[in-house]
Amino acid sequence: MTINWFKYSAPSTFYGLAGKLVPWFAWLSAILFATGLYIGFFVAPTDAVQSEAYRIIFIHVPASIMSMFLYLIMAGYAALGLVFNTRLSSMMASALAPTGALFAFISLWTGALWGKPMWGAWWVWDARLTSELILLFLYFGFIALHASIDDPRRADRASALLAILGSVNVPIIYFSVKWWNTLHQGSTVKFTGTSMHVAMQQAMFITLTACWLYAIAITLARVRSIILERERNTQWVDELPEVRS
Amino acid sequence: MNRLSLFGLLRLVINRDLMLAMRRRADVLTTLIFFVMVVSLFPLGVGPELGMLRKMAPGVVWVAALLASMLSLGRMFSADYLDGTLEQMLLAPQSLSVLVLGKILAHWMLSGLPLVLMAPVLGLQFDMSVQSLWVLIASLLLGTPVLSMIGAVGAALTLGLRGGGVLVSLLVLPLCIPVLIFGTGAVEAVASGMSVASHLSLLGALLVLALVFTPWVTAQALRISME
Repeated sequence: MTINWFKYSAPSTFYGLAGKLVPWFAWLSAILFATGLYIGFFVAPTDAVQSEAYRIIFIHVPASIMSMFLYLIMAGYAALGLVFNTRLSSMMASALAPTGALFAFISLWTGALWGKPMWGAWWVWDARLTSELILLFLYFGFIALHASIDDPRRADRASALLAILGSVNVPIIYFSVKWWNTLHQGSTVKFTGTSMHVAMQQAMFITLTACWLYAIAITLARVRSIILERERNTQWVDELPEVRS
Repeated sequence: MNRLSLFGLLRLVINRDLMLAMRRRADVLTTLIFFVMVVSLFPLGVGPELGMLRKMAPGVVWVAALLASMLSLGRMFSADYLDGTLEQMLLAPQSLSVLVLGKILAHWMLSGLPLVLMAPVLGLQFDMSVQSLWVLIASLLLGTPVLSMIGAVGAALTLGLRGGGVLVSLLVLPLCIPVLIFGTGAVEAVASGMSVASHLSLLGALLVLALVFTPWVTAQALRISME
């Protein structure tokens, strides 16, 4: 038996698959969020230095990680769409952008809330904060460019080029801690042992997974809307039960 | 027909763009006057204290240069796009990247170089030392071409779009931030008695990187926009 590897790269088949997957990811994400936050707020001990304020990391750290990863994934999809001219990849890229921007915004917002009690200021011009802000600007640029071009094909290709150009910035964000001498604490999570309590680690990794699942669920839901919008003149869309009724 | 060498082609494009610009000198002057005005507004906004002005000077000059270079980006391809020259360039047997590089260099000579030459005068307004002024010139010389090159990509992507002028700033400004950081960093380093070599080297590295990649990326962007 031969497997058709490209079956789900057609929007018409992917639409149905995405519809089936969305509830699974959404519910799993909700359950993991509840568990992760429960452990984070009630089980994890109080930090010796930062007392209760550190608990923001259960949202802040996953949001920061997601905002950077999603940009790379978005640029990856955009590049696929540019190189192989696959419609679905470009649709995925434009579906990922708002979620990435949301995570970047949450990361900045929670960072400010943490910075006030810890550093005594809502905002400091530290390299990591600034890079995260630049990342948010890059998301805005991608969305704005895509929105201002009427021809969807040209919009996909132009914003793909922009996303690839912008992805040069993501490594700079990651290495900025080492490049500039800054206020921001270095990363605590290392591959060789960490200085964190086990419950804190568990809570953080559970919320991180929850954020991943949330991003997948919301992107699939959004890509379904984009597919419907772009393929509205095709026959298979007309035959969908939800369109007919 | 004799075949043009790459350098011949480059010179041809640059000469053509310079000649076109010289017929409409007001455009070049507007950018320069904008630059001078923005820089001169800062002391009026923050007060005439020389100590503070001296500290702010590199940042103010660099941000003003960044904004001024955004102002002229729209002109880089739009005239050629409207009269069909750009289409002919895309069809030409010569390398589009080299044509684009020529246009970028011409754009820098018209919008970047005047700013570099004007910067020391503005630096004196801010009471900068002679040593700082030299470093400021060096950093602008290395940095403003990068601004033109990154800007060219943005200009090519937004070619013929409504509201292209604001959009191009939105796309390009975040990408220009490293240039701004290292450019002002160099002047601040010399003002506090440290070595400027690292900042200028990084700026040089950005320049080389941009010189290699942006003409090609811009050419691709033009092809996407002209389809």
